[in-house]
Amino acid sequence: MDATAEPSPAIETEGGGVWRSPVGKPLRLESGANLEPLEIAYKTYGRLNETRSNAVLVCHALTGDQHAGSPNPLTGRPGWWDRVIGPGLPLDPRRYFVIVTNVVGGCMGSTGPASNNPKSGQPYGLAFPVITIADMVRAQAMLIDSLGIETLFAVVGGSMGGMQVLQWAADYPEKLFSAVCIAAASRHSAQNIAFHEVGRQAIMADPDWRGGAYEAEGVRPEKGLAVARMAAHITYLSEPALQRKFGRELQRDGLSWGFDADFQVESYLRHQGTSFVDRFDANSYLYITRALDYFDLAAAHGGVLAEAFRKARHVRFCVLSFSSDWLYPTAESRDVVRALNAAGCRASFAEIETDKGHDAFFLDEPQLDGALRGFFTSTAQARGL
Amino acid sequence: MSATREDFAEILRLVRPGARVLDVGCEDGALLELLTREMRIDGQGLEISPAGVSACLAKGLAVVQGDGDRDLDHFPTRSFDYAILSKTLQQMREPRRVLSELLRIADQAIVSVPNFGHWRVRMSLMARGRMPETRALPDPWWSTPNIHLCTLRDFTDLCRELDLRVDACAALSGGKPARPIQPDGPLENWRSETALFLLSRRVEENPDAVPKNLFGEMALPKPEMPGSKLKRRAKV
Repeated sequence: MDATAEPSPAIETEGGGVWRSPVGKPLRLESGANLEPLEIAYKTYGRLNETRSNAVLVCHALTGDQHAGSPNPLTGRPGWWDRVIGPGLPLDPRRYFVIVTNVVGGCMGSTGPASNNPKSGQPYGLAFPVITIADMVRAQAMLIDSLGIETLFAVVGGSMGGMQVLQWAADYPEKLFSAVCIAAASRHSAQNIAFHEVGRQAIMADPDWRGGAYEAEGVRPEKGLAVARMAAHITYLSEPALQRKFGRELQRDGLSWGFDADFQVESYLRHQGTSFVDRFDANSYLYITRALDYFDLAAAHGGVLAEAFRKARHVRFCVLSFSSDWLYPTAESRDVVRALNAAGCRASFAEIETDKGHDAFFLDEPQLDGALRGFFTSTAQARGL
Repeated sequence: MSATREDFAEILRLVRPGARVLDVGCEDGALLELLTREMRIDGQGLEISPAGVSACLAKGLAVVQGDGDRDLDHFPTRSFDYAILSKTLQQMREPRRVLSELLRIADQAIVSVPNFGHWRVRMSLMARGRMPETRALPDPWWSTPNIHLCTLRDFTDLCRELDLRVDACAALSGGKPARPIQPDGPLENWRSETALFLLSRRVEENPDAVPKNLFGEMALPKPEMPGSKLKRRAKV
């Protein structure tokens, strides 16, 4: 079936819920703190087979969530990866048991800064401990264990999801058969950190942020969060894509000679900002961007990235990048591939030719679909699925 | 491109079972697939075209998108037993560097090059006075991808200069079975349309220099090389 032709038919075998860590089993964080209780909201598509060998973990990006293959109940919008997860698509729930979790620190049901702090009875706010990509992955591993899954057929993700994939390979290689890392990097660059800092400063400069305790005071730093999203959104698009979409087109005839959204690109960004605040928590944004900034897989392995993959030589890797992605450029993916090769891992790499920038990950990219389909089909054969 | 290509058949004979093989410019992965099926090799491809990369992925082959001029640095030193470069050395910007790189990455290189000294090429130039267009080199001068053509003699000269040893050589021509040759034999530079070489670096054997991988672990001992039908030569 051609993945690009029609929206996918509904998935019949949806499941999921909220998993809670057993009492006395906190999430041990990289910072040294413990998080308890830990709740992880997740969705599943398809059924786990008898040998429990068909599970695929999909990791979401910075502002993503567990609703990858089905409409988001909060926004009513289609699942963020419904072009990939669905009958006849590369991750077909008739063949795989697809699991998508909301990361720890998130705001779609998993424990995060908006959750209740058992110590105070109030939302955590800034009392929430700083989390890392490794912490997100450890929480996922706890959930996977509780589902009785010893080995994942694949762990897959783009952007921050791709970083989780790399972290999985470093921390739990024995639990992986294959790994797909899309439009990601092994560490955050100075530019990546700089853009995130702009976003965080915008949130914290909003008078309604209240030192992170806005929820207790019945307000929300919507303006700050919207600006953070607007700045970040520019980094997800390529210059040619912005130009093609908007150029210098005006909203109305003539200029306003003021500071209204004269240009369509302004109006678009404002819309991105205001619609984002309806679905995302400002403190979550602070914590998750921090987790990304702290990510440096090589540093955690003596400065040698290949060391991170040393125990993952049995894992089949597929690394994909987009030619016009300037947030996590192809060179970053090539560094990952070089390290995988140096570690003796079996790695494939493709640069998808597109002018859509980092966001191509979510968009109609037949070459991406083809690469995913080919990789999963052949890897499933090797796995006997 | 069918799996019965004469150069494929020859490469199949040269490669030992279970070897680690890098195919530079692997196209749709046909050769790697053949070697994987017949010789159970551990294969890796390098391919520039998106269509080729997709085809390799679909076949379950490990493939890295990239080109031989730029991206051989992806691969660590001595990470393969064989590096294959089939009929594309003459398309490289820096054939000399590429050849050295192949023999950095792998213990042996399997390289095939069209011979510009072949009689058809010579006759074509002599008779027509124009850039030769032959069945081995069919493109007109203005669209050919071949920017560094050489004769058999030129190639063996380069091997000597790079201190490479020719372990085996065979002439290929238009679908006929490969013919083992002495590459610097007096007539071969006229007779051979394309030549396929098995090359290795001529190094002083140092028994203390045990190959190690990145982690300082000793590489696995290699199985004995099975006999080849080709003539093996100690020196060029």
